[in-house]
Amino acid sequence: MAGAVTYYAGRAPERGLAVYTQKVGMWVFLASEVMFFTSLIGSYIILRFGASETWPLPGEVLNIPVTAINTFILICSSVTMVKAFAAAEVGDKRGTRLFTLATALIGSTFLGVQILEYRELLHEGFGPSSGLYGSTFYTMTGFHGFHVFSGVCCLFWASWKAFRGGYDNRAYKGLEVLGLYWHFVDLVWIILFTVVYLI
Amino acid sequence: MESTETAHEHPGGQAMAGDEAGHEESHAHPRYMLVWLWLALLTVAEVAIVWFAFLPRVWIVVMLLFMAVWKALLVALYFMHLRFEPRRVALLAASPLPLAVLLILAVMMEYR
Repeated sequence: MAGAVTYYAGRAPERGLAVYTQKVGMWVFLASEVMFFTSLIGSYIILRFGASETWPLPGEVLNIPVTAINTFILICSSVTMVKAFAAAEVGDKRGTRLFTLATALIGSTFLGVQILEYRELLHEGFGPSSGLYGSTFYTMTGFHGFHVFSGVCCLFWASWKAFRGGYDNRAYKGLEVLGLYWHFVDLVWIILFTVVYLI
Repeated sequence: MESTETAHEHPGGQAMAGDEAGHEESHAHPRYMLVWLWLALLTVAEVAIVWFAFLPRVWIVVMLLFMAVWKALLVALYFMHLRFEPRRVALLAASPLPLAVLLILAVMMEYR
């Protein structure tokens, strides 16, 4: 600590990004997440185009209507998330509690539907070992599902904090940063839904 | 990418048009429900295109990718507030995109 003080002594403070540190941290993390999911999609493209004649058509194995509804569910959770943040920003504690808990519950619903989908597919004999299609499908949707699961855990924690009155118009940073993560998970699903289910 | 930006401006422009008077206010709270409606409509359109499959496959794929990018931009610009953040934050957020595009293009060269 003393070393740091000496090092910076006599220097003018440098201008940052004009946003708070936690938000910058989350954006840097999300930038790395973009590359993580891009590498998964890139591998998928290599494997799929390499075996295009044996690749099932959209809807042949996967249930598009159910997943479309699940996509809509995740989009709704993004809206409640942004509403929770907007409520916290103006100091509306009741709204913050309500929308944070709603986001956690809607996110859990998405996970529940995904688990049911996995169960159904495994029951039909389509598992992670069912060729390249199976392994790519479970890898991509599984990693996304893990991100949703992590987000839901954080959301329940945030709900607990909101119910204890932890967020208001001065303390909303945590909710905003969690919101950024949650919207990113929604954004990735929008891309994955198209790439894995529709194309 | 250019065309997607233009297409995206459409709902964004609508969302902002009514708030010209209260400019600052519209920055603080974009019309989230309007963005939600667009996301829902685009999802329905995506499924409809695949379901009815009345277009050649190449066109279906192009339209699907176009709509996916459109939806992703709506989420990033309005829900993640990138439209209202300082430009440096937007640059930070966009920084991995050239690398991501490069990776996807490099991978696709394999099958040209």
